[in-house]
Amino acid sequence: MSQHISLPEGNIEKQTSTINIGPTHPATHGVFQNIVELDGETVVSAEQTVGYIHRAFEKIAEHKPLYQITTLTDRLNYCSSPINNMGWHIACERLLGVKIPKRVDYLRIIIMELARISDHLICNSIVGVDSGAYSGFLYVMQYRELIYEIYEEICGSRLTTNIGRVGGFERNFTSVAFEKLEKFIKEWPVVLKEFDQLFVRNRIFMDRTIGVGPISAERALNYGFTGPNLRAAGVDYDVRIHAPYSSYDDFEFTIPVGTTGDCYDRFLVRDGEMWQSLELIKQAYQKVQEFKGTEAEVFHAEVPEYYLPDKKDVYTKMEALIYHFKIVMGESKMPKGEIYSSVEGANGELGFYLISDGSRTPYRLHFRRPSFIYYQAYSELTKGGLLSDAIITMSSLNLIAGELDA
Amino acid sequence: MHLNHIFLLIDWALFIEKLVLIIVVVMGSLLVAMYSTYAERKVAAFMQDRVGPNRAGPFGILQPVADGVKLFFKEEIVPNFSSKFLFILGPCLAMLTAMMIGAVIPWGDKIHLFGRDISLQIADVNIGILYVFGIVSLGVYGIMIGGWASNNKFSLLGAMRAASQIVSYELAMGISLIALLMITGTLSLNEMVVQQKDHWWNIFKQPLGFLIFLICAFAETNRTPFDLPEAENELIGGYHAEYSSMKLGFYLFSEYINMFLSGAVMATLYFGGYDIPFVNDANLVHNIGVNWLAILEGTVFFIKICCFIFLFMWVRWTVPRFRYDQLMNLGWKILLPLALFNMLVTGALILLKQNHWHF
Repeated sequence: MSQHISLPEGNIEKQTSTINIGPTHPATHGVFQNIVELDGETVVSAEQTVGYIHRAFEKIAEHKPLYQITTLTDRLNYCSSPINNMGWHIACERLLGVKIPKRVDYLRIIIMELARISDHLICNSIVGVDSGAYSGFLYVMQYRELIYEIYEEICGSRLTTNIGRVGGFERNFTSVAFEKLEKFIKEWPVVLKEFDQLFVRNRIFMDRTIGVGPISAERALNYGFTGPNLRAAGVDYDVRIHAPYSSYDDFEFTIPVGTTGDCYDRFLVRDGEMWQSLELIKQAYQKVQEFKGTEAEVFHAEVPEYYLPDKKDVYTKMEALIYHFKIVMGESKMPKGEIYSSVEGANGELGFYLISDGSRTPYRLHFRRPSFIYYQAYSELTKGGLLSDAIITMSSLNLIAGELDA
Repeated sequence: MHLNHIFLLIDWALFIEKLVLIIVVVMGSLLVAMYSTYAERKVAAFMQDRVGPNRAGPFGILQPVADGVKLFFKEEIVPNFSSKFLFILGPCLAMLTAMMIGAVIPWGDKIHLFGRDISLQIADVNIGILYVFGIVSLGVYGIMIGGWASNNKFSLLGAMRAASQIVSYELAMGISLIALLMITGTLSLNEMVVQQKDHWWNIFKQPLGFLIFLICAFAETNRTPFDLPEAENELIGGYHAEYSSMKLGFYLFSEYINMFLSGAVMATLYFGGYDIPFVNDANLVHNIGVNWLAILEGTVFFIKICCFIFLFMWVRWTVPRFRYDQLMNLGWKILLPLALFNMLVTGALILLKQNHWHF
């Protein structure tokens, strides 16, 4: 009966077993592989493998005009693609030296914070799923839908949004969009509170996450952690405060900070950030409503060279037709230069390092993808823990395969 | 002795009666298990603010049938590198042991048919509860053999988890039960029910014991928060990762049958079994007759079991699962001492009562 079972030769001494978590394991949300060596259930070593969905975005970007690169950024961290889109637009605007009207900034903040909520929501509820509690995840999905409906109203798509343009938005927010936003502001806190009650003081959940996959502030900084994972370790670094973009300095908000950098702290930091994002959305919505007259209609900056003109104008006006042609054919040249622009992505500092040699396409573009950086520490975080800890650490780092591999 | 004499010695009426009862109980368990899967999905949907299955038949009540048919039509895959005989034996054992517990559970008092008093218990064994324990312990073999025979590391991990979990929780379960046995003074399940009919239900005499028993029952049935052997996020289904078709169905089914029958055992031991609360049975028999009373009792018993099944589901869709070491800590360092303490207190109280000591 056991004719097919064969032990590796000369390996009788070996007491450990090697298992592959991924690339098709339900706990690797996306395609990446961890080769874990187990002694019983204890993790002896974990080796990370990347590259399963490497799509060479950075190389592809070298052949595309600026506006076509937006679609590539969608597919980085697809749980919060609007932040990626806007981060890219902000990078372009910095290179081109475009001045953005305040209203556009505030509208962008609304969208970016919505995206942050939806991303943290997924991450936190997936931590729940990986610890065995499904209900939280499926329950909140219905309310992420509210966010997606707002995206839909603004840009027409839901997951890979491709939202906005270099210089602003492709169209003004409709009254329906604002109604949906109001609905969200009203209904969301109730749900988030329920979600907190399900997890934050849940004894089993606390036992499962406290002290699991901890990282000290020093190690985290050495690895280059940013975002919630760094803040959970106790470092209050947030791009929105340290290098404000999109008028974040007009807003009042706090950044939640943890102490031990374990899974529970990461959960709490993300949870706190969701509450802060809600405050930001409320403030931004109020500021948007305060604009009067023609200012209340502004939804993009005046950069005809990079901002696609209205279709009506294309058919009737000479300049609009020319700009339309130049932009669509990718003929608008950009100034020579080299910039690094970063935004606080839902996952951490999402940076765009853009070198332009003055041609139509970037000479070199690098995405600073936080997931990729977190993943380097995975081995260190899981060593000595149990298999279950390794799984829960993976989900609480919020590793998104699209961002990991780019 | 001549063979004919043996046939003559057999009480054929009893034989047929028991055979019918066995078929009814087995079919009933299967039916309940089928609809437990439906209930599970509906309860989960309710907890998660969803609709749940509603395509097959009105309110989706044909869903379990559809699932069963689907499982039968799936391709049967036996991995090439598996130990074939054991691979097939695993799910069979799991199903068999799950079914066998139903034999000693008193489903009702008596019915009077064809001039005979028919007991609604397949076998009133005088060591009923020990039998239950024996069978439950055997249940782990189904999981272990299946996990081992799959020759898959994830399955093996799941099987090892199941084995250590069930072994360690059986201890606390047994000791919590000893305290109960000290009070009742019998191992027969039917006698326990009869005792509870006249006095308080055992839950009021053994609240701590019941709590320990309940937690252990969760562990024995591999339900969340003790579903480590399956743990789909860690072990991808654990011991049944390599199974397909109805062999997988057997494993899933045996879990639901176990859930149903452990509900039945708990209802019998602690919640008066088929006893109808707040009702004097003697008066009721006088009014509606023996047969109706038996049916009523059976219904009440079933409702009690359903409450337990709902509890199992409620817990599953609320809490996360334990980690392996936490599970062991809970079993050995918390539940076992608590059960021993419970036994000690119960023993002391019985002694006090017997000697008429007063303070």
